[in-house]
Amino acid sequence: MTEQAIPASPIEADMETFGALTDKEPQKPPRSQWFDVWEQFRKHKGAVFGGSFLLFITLAVIFGPFLWDLDPKALDIRNKDWRPIYHALWDTDAVERGKVGWAHPLGSDQLGRDILSQMISGGRVSMAVGWLAMVLALVIGTAVGVVSGYFKRLDFWLMRFTDLALSLPILPLTLLAVTLFRQPLNASFGPEGGMFILIVGIIGMTSWMQTARIVRGDILALKEREFILAARSIGTRSGKIIRSHLLPNVISPIMVSATLGLATAIITESALSFLGVGFPSDYPTWGKLLADAVQRMQYYPERVLLPGIAISLTVLSVNYLGDGLRDALDPRIRGR
Amino acid sequence: MLTFTLRRLILSIPTLLFISFIIFGLLQLAPGDPMAQVPLTVPPEVKQKMREALGLGAPWYVQYYKWLIQFFWVEPKIFIDYLTNTSFLFGWLPDTSFYQDELRVISWQTRSPVMDIVMQRMPQTLWVVGLSYVVGIVIAIPIGIYSAYKHYSVFDQAGTFITMVGFSIPPFFTGPLLIVIFSVYLGWLPSIYDTTHVVNDWESFKVQIFQMIMPVMVLALQTTAQISRYMRGAMLDNLNQDYVRTARAKGLREGVVVMVHVLRNSMIPVVTVIALGMPAIFGGAIITENVFKVNGIGQLLLTALFANDLPMVMTLTFIFAILIVLFNLIADVLYGLLDPRIRYD
Repeated sequence: MTEQAIPASPIEADMETFGALTDKEPQKPPRSQWFDVWEQFRKHKGAVFGGSFLLFITLAVIFGPFLWDLDPKALDIRNKDWRPIYHALWDTDAVERGKVGWAHPLGSDQLGRDILSQMISGGRVSMAVGWLAMVLALVIGTAVGVVSGYFKRLDFWLMRFTDLALSLPILPLTLLAVTLFRQPLNASFGPEGGMFILIVGIIGMTSWMQTARIVRGDILALKEREFILAARSIGTRSGKIIRSHLLPNVISPIMVSATLGLATAIITESALSFLGVGFPSDYPTWGKLLADAVQRMQYYPERVLLPGIAISLTVLSVNYLGDGLRDALDPRIRGR
Repeated sequence: MLTFTLRRLILSIPTLLFISFIIFGLLQLAPGDPMAQVPLTVPPEVKQKMREALGLGAPWYVQYYKWLIQFFWVEPKIFIDYLTNTSFLFGWLPDTSFYQDELRVISWQTRSPVMDIVMQRMPQTLWVVGLSYVVGIVIAIPIGIYSAYKHYSVFDQAGTFITMVGFSIPPFFTGPLLIVIFSVYLGWLPSIYDTTHVVNDWESFKVQIFQMIMPVMVLALQTTAQISRYMRGAMLDNLNQDYVRTARAKGLREGVVVMVHVLRNSMIPVVTVIALGMPAIFGGAIITENVFKVNGIGQLLLTALFANDLPMVMTLTFIFAILIVLFNLIADVLYGLLDPRIRYD
C-alpha cells in the first residue's frame, strides 16, 4: 500500500489517465476508402496480373492498328500460308520456300491476309462487343435492381419478371434471335454495324438478371439504414436519394458483376462466331478466326491457338480481376 | 414440403406458358420464309397454297393455340401410349391408345413429327452430357474438399489456378485443342463421335469409350471448375464453425470430422448448384456437339435454325426452357429437404 505513489493533486491524476489515452506515435494521415481498396487489391497477385493484362490487351487493340498498319482484309494470294516467325528456328522447309519472315510475324492465312493485323482488329471487335454488352447489362440490371428494391409497389412484378428472364434458355434464344434478325438489321445498318448492334443488344438483354438481383438485395438492406431516414427527413426526393446515397453504396457489387459480365460477353460473342451465326465472314473477330481455322488445324495449328489463347487469356485475366475486386471491396476481408 | 412442391409446380405452368409465348413471338417476328428453298419455277399461287398447308395462313393466335394443344395434349398422349405399349420400364401396364391420329408438331425439313426426331437424338446428348456431368462432379468434389482442408497449401493454390483456367477456357477452344493433340498428333482418339456404332462386345465397348473421352472431358472441365470452386467455398465456410471445434474436442477422428460433419453441411449449397447447373450444361452441349459432330439435340437445333425449320426450333428451345424450369424447381425442393433450417411453409 505504502509503496504506491500517491498523486499529489487530483489534477495530476487526471493528466495521467488522459496521458494513457493520447497516441504515443504521430498521427497517420487520413486514408480514403479507395486507398484501402487499392492496398488490398495490390496484395492479390492474380488480380494485379489480370488487371494489367486486360489493360495491355485493351491498349493493344486500340493502338495496334497505328503501330501495325497492314490492312487485315487485304488479300495477297502470292504470300498465303506464311508460318509464324518462331518457325524460323526449326522449320527449314518453310524458310526455303520463303514462308517465314518479319513481313508477317504471326503468318498469313489461306488468302494471304496478315494474321497479326487480323488478331488486332478481331480483338478490337471482341473487346468492343464485350465492354458495350457489359455496360448495357449493368445499366439494365442496376436500373431494375434499384427500382424494385426502392419502390415496394414495383418489387413483386419486377422480380417475377427477373425470375422469368432467368429461366429463359439463353444460348438457344441468342442463336435464334441472331439468325432471325440478322437480315433486317443488316439492311438498315450495313452487315457489320447491324451485326454489332444485334450481338451487343442480345448479350446485354440476356445477362442483366444476376446484377438486378444482387443490387435489389443490397438496396433493400440499405433502405432501412439511418442515413436514408435522415436524408428523407430533410425532404430529399427519391431520385436524389437513389443517385447520391444509394448508388454509391452499391458500387462494389456492381463492379464485381461487371467483370463477370465482361467475361461472359466475350465468350458468348466468340461462341456465336464459332457456331457460324456471328459477324460476316470477311470481318474478323477472335471467335471467327478460330472457327475459320478449325478446318485446317492439322496443318496450321497456330491459327487455332492464337485466337484461342487470346480469348482464354483475356477471360482468365478478367476473372482474376473480378476475384481480386471482390476481396478488395469486401470490408470484412480488407485490412487482414 | 409437399404443399410447397405442389405450389411451385403449379406456378411453373404460367412461367412455361410465358416462355413459350416469348419464343413463339420471336419466331413470328422473324422475316425468314420457309418457302425460300422451293424452286423459282413454282408459281406464286401454288406457293401460297403450300404455305397454307403448313398452317401459315392462319392468324398468330390460332397458330399459337394449335402448337400449345399439339405440344401439351397430343404429344403426351403419344408418349403415354409408347410407355405402356412398348417401353421396357412400364410395358407391363395395360396397353393404352389415347392417340387418335391428331395432327402432331411436324418438322418442315423432314415432314415427320418433331418429337420422333428429338427422341432419336436424345440418347446421344444424354449419354455425353450426363456422363460428363457425373465425371465432372466426381472429380470436383474431392478437389474442393482437399483444397479447403489444406487452405493456402500448394495443392490449394494449384487447384484454384486450374479451376480458374478451366472456368475461363471456352469449350470451342478446348475441343479443337484436344482434337489437334489426341487425334491429329498422337492419333489415340477419334475426332468424330460415331453414333451408329453398336456396342455388342468388349472391342466395340472400348471403341465407344475411346470416342466418348474427348467430348465428355471437354464438358466435364467446365463442370469441374465450377463445382470445385463452390465446394471449396462451402467447406471453408463450415470448417471454422463452432460445431467443428466441438467435434474435435470430444475426440472424434479427423476423418470423421471432415468427411461426416463438415462434408454433410457443405453439400447443401453444392447440391443445389449441381441441380441448377444441369440446364446450362445442356446449353454448353450445343457447342461441344458441334465440335465433335455428335448428332444430339444441340446439333439438331443448329441445323433446324439454319434450315428455317420453325416448328422444330420452337419445340427444341421450349424443351431447353422446360429443363431449366424443372431443375430450378428441383434445386429449391432439394434445398428445403436437405437443410432443416429452411422452412417454406
